[in-house]
Amino acid sequence: MKTGIAGSLESNDVMITIKESEEQKIEIKSIVDAFFHDDIENTVKDVLRTKKLENVEVLVQDRGALDYTIRARLLTAIARMEKSDD
Amino acid sequence: MIRSLLFVPGNNPGMIQSADVFGADGVIFDLEDSVHIYEKDNARNLVGSFLANHPIRPAKIVVRINSFDSPYVIADLEAIVSDRIDYILLPKATAKDLKQLDEHLTEIEKKTGMQKTIGVIPLIESAASLVEAKNIAFCPRVEAMMLGAEDFTADMGITRTKKGDELAYPRAKLAVICKAYDILAIDTPFTDVNDDLGLRDDALTAMNLGFTGKAAIHPRQVGIINNVFSPTEEKITWAKRVMEAKKDADKKGFGVFSLDGKMIDKPVIARALAIREQARACKAWDDNDEE
Amino acid sequence: MKNSLGREIPEGNKPFISAANFSERIYHEAKEKKSAENVVFLNSLEAAFDVLSIMPGMRLSFHHHLRSGDHVINEVAKLIEKHDLRDISLAPSSIFPEYMLAPLIRSGRIRDIHTSYLNGPVAIAIQEGFLKGHLVMQTHGGRARAIEEGELPIDVAFLSCPTVDSSGNGSGAVGKSACGALGYGISDLYHAKKVVLVTDNIVEKLDEYQFDHRYVDYVVKVPSIGDPEGIVSGTTKITRDPIGLKIANITALLLDKLGLLETGTSLQTGAGGTSLAVMEQIEKKMRSKKATGSFLSGGITGYHVEMLESGIFKNIYDVQCFDLEAVRSYRENSGHIGISASQYANPFYKDAIVDKLDAVILGATEIDLDFNVNVTSDSFGNIIGGSGGHSDTAHGAKTTIITSALTKARIPIIKEHVTTVTTPGEDVDILVTERGIAINPLRKDILEKLNDSGLPLIDIRELMELSHKICGVPADIAKPAKTIGYVEYRDGTVIDSLYKTR
Repeated sequence: MKTGIAGSLESNDVMITIKESEEQKIEIKSIVDAFFHDDIENTVKDVLRTKKLENVEVLVQDRGALDYTIRARLLTAIARMEKSDD
Repeated sequence: MIRSLLFVPGNNPGMIQSADVFGADGVIFDLEDSVHIYEKDNARNLVGSFLANHPIRPAKIVVRINSFDSPYVIADLEAIVSDRIDYILLPKATAKDLKQLDEHLTEIEKKTGMQKTIGVIPLIESAASLVEAKNIAFCPRVEAMMLGAEDFTADMGITRTKKGDELAYPRAKLAVICKAYDILAIDTPFTDVNDDLGLRDDALTAMNLGFTGKAAIHPRQVGIINNVFSPTEEKITWAKRVMEAKKDADKKGFGVFSLDGKMIDKPVIARALAIREQARACKAWDDNDEE
Repeated sequence: MKNSLGREIPEGNKPFISAANFSERIYHEAKEKKSAENVVFLNSLEAAFDVLSIMPGMRLSFHHHLRSGDHVINEVAKLIEKHDLRDISLAPSSIFPEYMLAPLIRSGRIRDIHTSYLNGPVAIAIQEGFLKGHLVMQTHGGRARAIEEGELPIDVAFLSCPTVDSSGNGSGAVGKSACGALGYGISDLYHAKKVVLVTDNIVEKLDEYQFDHRYVDYVVKVPSIGDPEGIVSGTTKITRDPIGLKIANITALLLDKLGLLETGTSLQTGAGGTSLAVMEQIEKKMRSKKATGSFLSGGITGYHVEMLESGIFKNIYDVQCFDLEAVRSYRENSGHIGISASQYANPFYKDAIVDKLDAVILGATEIDLDFNVNVTSDSFGNIIGGSGGHSDTAHGAKTTIITSALTKARIPIIKEHVTTVTTPGEDVDILVTERGIAINPLRKDILEKLNDSGLPLIDIRELMELSHKICGVPADIAKPAKTIGYVEYRDGTVIDSLYKTR
């Protein structure tokens, strides 16, 4: 199965794992979940929409990354997924 | 005016988002040597996303792309060239690379309808580049040149020392060429981040040869570098007095006049004017002092 | 009911009115209690438990000068368990994560806990609701006041003491477990019903001591009162974080512009990485001005000692030592003076040290638009600290400066309302962040002084909005319904509640 991972678990960063799947699933594990869960989810959905990706499973392991970082790591993970072998 | 340029590793979100607070005149987001080859994609996307999305950014932004002989450079340009950056720092610069870069930039600027014309700062990092520096300086996009001492001394097969005597010639040559082509001369970073006195000495050496600024590799270097490359209070006071005396002399119709027993003629006035420009750029000149 | 800051507090408590309100009432200091007979020497804590008849309903107190290396409190905890005691209250001046009180709390043996600092497994156990009574978080000065006024009666004070002499006098300056000043145990010494010194080093005669034998009932000799590594675990290094360094530079510049680095000045900083960076800058500036300060106070480190020994400051008023250098200096330097918590910060102590401070530099987990500061909980409501001397120094010092990064891992430190109020905004003057300095509008004098200073001044609401631009606007977290205790201000009134989380 095609998978892409990008980012890190360092403070201010996020590690995103994305793989092809039957239906869209977004799992968020964030140290600031209580404050920014919706923000993070909206950002992920926004990027997936722009990339026209429906059937993917995304795992977000967040260490307080700002919005631009989440977008960037997700874009990289998507590109790596698309390049990866099954 | 660029007294200081702070290098920031392009794959480090914590550093990227705080780069603007350290008072550097410009920030260099680095996609080259500070980024591991497995992370080149992460870095260019991170810098690109920061530029496109984050609301608080440094006033002057430089991006060091990978060199033209790397497989990354085109992707780098596609990711980060926009109205939000000011310069590209081109490592291992050669005249040939510069021409290619110019063409790619022109294409991207046209394609994306950019308002700006992106400047280029070539990084002179080899003997061949130094020899070519005149030609490199000639390119219209070039607004500054930087010396890269680590790679330069490696290319020369000589040892890099803290004192930097071995850099006397490349520094002098580069400073003169920059002056002749009316572009800024940026000195190489000082690598011992804990040695403040050594940094000051190194920056002064460069300044005394005609460099107008210096790169920093740690935020704590910025204050000292800005200080060295800013006109001193003494110089500013002197320049103000020259301007005052000139105004006086102009009123009386004198072309040449003296101050403190010294003759003040055109070259000296030019120096005072240059100090005033520098000071204004550093916000150290109160225009209200002059009527 | 609500107090003057609009915070909900448990019924039946005196609500916080204002920081200076204490000056309108009379101090009812109980008489110091001398011991009835000569000091009795015992050779185990077990023996002390027997002879003291430790019973349910009693309150036991401790000081925290052995910091994370303290064995005594852990041995007492074991004995409480062993004797199957319940309904015991504890009053340790601070609780480190290494103190093994969580099992006692979880098994329901503990009624109330009074402390000035709390973190780790014990905080978790308390916030899960296992105390039979409640948690009262005090300030260092407030704890001393409460003990001296009889508001916090102590049945037995177990005071660990590095060296005791044959008469029963006690000192922290010498011995294999030397920890320096013993300031937080002095009120307990004078007012507890029974006082037990616990030591691992008995000598013939001490020439200098902080614990006077006339107030000591028992001395217990044990093999070791603590782990030396843990005892001096307060050592931090100057921060290497570029943002911390930038904040330190701005703070030193600010102090200079406010005229606080001139001869005769008295200052206190914390002992964390950023505070030490500020100290380094202060030293540089005062050296170049050839200024001689009057005193440094608070928790003392080798950096403070350097300032004393190089003549930049005349005196150190030491309420606790954080490292071996501080311990050595306390022992050797006549200008390095140990003080009690009461002399340091009791609001009713005439000439308390905190009241003589020109400036204090403190931290915060949160600060709000009214400049109220939280150092008790994180933004999730978990207890991660406590006032310590925060509220005391903030009130006493002429200028109170809070230093902090504007955001910590996507969490802005400026909020509309802090999660927990530790120190009231009326006592907080300046917030220094890497992105600007906010001055409390109450301090028009400071605003005026800094008008043309060239410092990056910014309104605190604007600074908060800037942090929202950077991080996004954090969602509000609802306060849990149940409380597990409260934050007691230095004068005994209640300034905020503490809530069950988890």
